[in-house]
Amino acid sequence: MSEQSVRTTRLPRIPAVPLAIGIGILIGGLLVLASGGDPVAAYRAILVGALAPSNWPNTLNWAVPLVGMTLVAALPLRGGMVNLGGDGQLVIGGLVAALAALYLPLPGPLLIAASILCAMIASGLYASLAAWGETRFGIPMLISTLLLSYPAIGIASYLVGFPLRDMATGLAQTRMIPEAARLPVIAGPLNIGLILMIVVAIAVVFFDRRTVAGYELRMRGLNAKFAGYGGVRLAAQQIRVMFASGAIAGLVGAILVLGSLYRYQDGALLTPGYTWSGLMAALLAGGAPLGAIAAGLFFAGLQTGGFAMQRETEIPRVLTMVLQAVIILFLAIRHGVGRKSS
Amino acid sequence: MSLMSFITPSLVNSAVQSITPILLAALAGTLCGRVGVFNMAMEGQLLVGAFAAVVGSYATGSALGGVLFAIVFTVLFSLILAYGATVFKGDAVVICIGMNLLASGLTAYLLRQMFGVSGTFSDPAIVGLTKIRIDAINTIPWIGWIFSRQTAITWLAWILTAAVTIMMFRTPVGLRLRGVGEDASAAGTMGIDVTRYRVLTVLFAGGLTGLGGAQLSLGTVSIFSEDMSAGRGWIAVVAVMLGRNHPLWAALACVLFGVADALSVRLQSQGLPNQLTDIVPYVVTLLALALSHRKRLKRRAAETLTAHA
Repeated sequence: MSEQSVRTTRLPRIPAVPLAIGIGILIGGLLVLASGGDPVAAYRAILVGALAPSNWPNTLNWAVPLVGMTLVAALPLRGGMVNLGGDGQLVIGGLVAALAALYLPLPGPLLIAASILCAMIASGLYASLAAWGETRFGIPMLISTLLLSYPAIGIASYLVGFPLRDMATGLAQTRMIPEAARLPVIAGPLNIGLILMIVVAIAVVFFDRRTVAGYELRMRGLNAKFAGYGGVRLAAQQIRVMFASGAIAGLVGAILVLGSLYRYQDGALLTPGYTWSGLMAALLAGGAPLGAIAAGLFFAGLQTGGFAMQRETEIPRVLTMVLQAVIILFLAIRHGVGRKSS
Repeated sequence: MSLMSFITPSLVNSAVQSITPILLAALAGTLCGRVGVFNMAMEGQLLVGAFAAVVGSYATGSALGGVLFAIVFTVLFSLILAYGATVFKGDAVVICIGMNLLASGLTAYLLRQMFGVSGTFSDPAIVGLTKIRIDAINTIPWIGWIFSRQTAITWLAWILTAAVTIMMFRTPVGLRLRGVGEDASAAGTMGIDVTRYRVLTVLFAGGLTGLGGAQLSLGTVSIFSEDMSAGRGWIAVVAVMLGRNHPLWAALACVLFGVADALSVRLQSQGLPNQLTDIVPYVVTLLALALSHRKRLKRRAAETLTAHA
């Protein structure tokens, strides 16, 4: 069912996306107005907060995990599969990266590489568990990915709350990772996580456009049965794609832990809501990697702008979440109108 | 420790309470599934219901007002799915994902703007649902404890489960409803207005989930917390899958979840950390899914074999 349904979400016809964004801005503005705020001031604050040159580093810094989680969602979506378990995969990646950085006896750059690799493998395996469950037992991945997040989050929370807790602080978090394991800083809040993410983004686009496996995945997205008859081994493909998707989530977790938090902190990876924003960005582009990356950047701008709006106008920044949801809903519904006429 | 001391009446009582929102959401999900609209927006619908219930109760000063608010606003919220997935032929999965996020964002936004708080809103002016005491059974050990201290919504949820089952399988409306889901074009040829059936069913289901939301925020605690549906809507989606769109089987799946939930509460009181006990219901749900689908796969394999023989 998920295959069929998501296949039809190849959303954008060119005017649809700007129109949806316009509708989102309009509805958001009305909401602000209804709750006694000034929509013009709110949107100006968002724009300045996101796009003023002095704020670019912040926007980029927010974009790294968000675009990462966009790719996590976009990759399976390209093949008509939905990964709703980004939260669990992100947490596993972050925790494993922190533990590897704390306990592996390796020198500087090797330690970083090993931590990232461990995180990616752990998250990748966890994500492919859901794929295996579908191919082996027929448990729909749409729901199993989501349900698998809960044990991952719970166990991670337990581990840093009890056995691995940093006793020096009162919080549920691990000790600080050693200096050697921290990602080198480029400038301001930006670290080489940005470069890693650009490399991954390029790799995903290249995979999608230039490789046989990428072609097979797109074919599956268009018609899974046809792809199967054409010789694509669907079960193996599903497990591989979910491994890759999870591995990217693991990378995002590792970048956040090694690059800015410097420890695994209970809840810190999930509160910003990267997973769901990323999923919406991926849906916005119907899983096409380049479009998804653009949508991810757009949402990142919207969210960093949201912080500025909250500071300056006291309008809560969750407004940006409402905007994202309205844009997606409008596109999903409007797409149907287009489809009916064609 | 004996079983009787492990499962106390008050534990069963709270399990029955915790099942209620999930049961109502699962009932909504089976109805939608029967008319061929895949509903996985229950998580968001419960949240909207819970928020509207608190607003209504706070504004009108009565729990009934809260319940009515919950129903009305969740039905309004469900218009998105009702029309989006039918008249506008949008993709139900995408619409539902959007609705869940909209519910989460909108309730958090309104919570800050209307009450000036973030996180949790509690106020003495929020009137909770009263627990019905039935004097006739109140003094009976066990039974009195379990059945006598429940809200009207809990009672209603089980009555509605029976009513929906009867409606679905024993009435002409139910027959048409199932027909719409099984073969829409055939149902259309029979003169049934397919879209109308779908829209009305999704809206009715929205009302049911809204009722579940009211139980969530007014049933035991009389507060609203951000994202307080906390995965219950997703559990309901699983219950619908486990029950294969049959209300009674879905209800049974909800009971299974309630047992798992009670078990987690109990394990917590035994000193296990809540981070671990909280995951028990989800693990049980996953296992149940794995077991039920394994059987189904085997049967399908057997059918394919005989078909080819």
